[in-house]
Amino acid sequence: MDGVKPRVKVPATAAKGETITIKTLVSHPMESGRRKGPDGNILPRQIINKFSCEFNGQPVLAIDISTGFSKDPFFEFTARLEESGTFKFTWVDDDGSVYTEEKAITVN
Amino acid sequence: MPEKSILQISRREALALGAAGAALALGLPTVAFADGEADAIVAEFAGGATPQTGRVTLDAPAEAADGSAVQIAISVDSPMTADDYVTSVVLIGEGNPVPKVGEFHFSPLSGSAQISLRIRLAKTQRVLAVARMKDGSVFMDVKTVKVAAGGC
Repeated sequence: MDGVKPRVKVPATAAKGETITIKTLVSHPMESGRRKGPDGNILPRQIINKFSCEFNGQPVLAIDISTGFSKDPFFEFTARLEESGTFKFTWVDDDGSVYTEEKAITVN
Repeated sequence: MPEKSILQISRREALALGAAGAALALGLPTVAFADGEADAIVAEFAGGATPQTGRVTLDAPAEAADGSAVQIAISVDSPMTADDYVTSVVLIGEGNPVPKVGEFHFSPLSGSAQISLRIRLAKTQRVLAVARMKDGSVFMDVKTVKVAAGGC
């Protein structure tokens, strides 16, 4: 799907063992498959069905997503790190598209 | 008195309301809980464990004007160490067309089992957050959200 923009907020630095807050937002209609379009026909379901956050290849959080998530899915969650590295964020669309974002963090 | 699971407690509370309450007062057989599908999701997720109260906090508004975006937060009390952490949380909206709203998989790297998000609620209903720990024990919290305009 075109025009889907992921945005992520991660602190640039953290202390070793500190629990940090991560915020993610992705612009997406999250069409539930139960809504009618202007022509009166049901709009087909199209949602982000999976989200994952990994740090240096290790899972931090993964979410199985249903049509019960609001449009433009926003998540706020935490991570606790022992080393510097890179977060990888992935959103998987019903149409097979995959949207990703990466953020590096320095852990002292 | 043996400890009651939150599902049982909530069922009793639910019986005090409406038709089910009337049936109880008349001594009639009580109706099954409104949405058996939610119970089935909890049972499957719990894998034989009995959901207990405590440790899970589901923050949800008592009333939501717009059911298409209801801000909620789930947090589970856990040290999140390699031996003792929250593995998964399932979020259920009993009155939604798809009751299983989502499932969240945590790890010790999560640092804490906390997630905030916005969900759709089709109507006034109970919302359940059920957490499974590394040792297989299961905890849950339930909130009723009154929805003015459904959003599914």
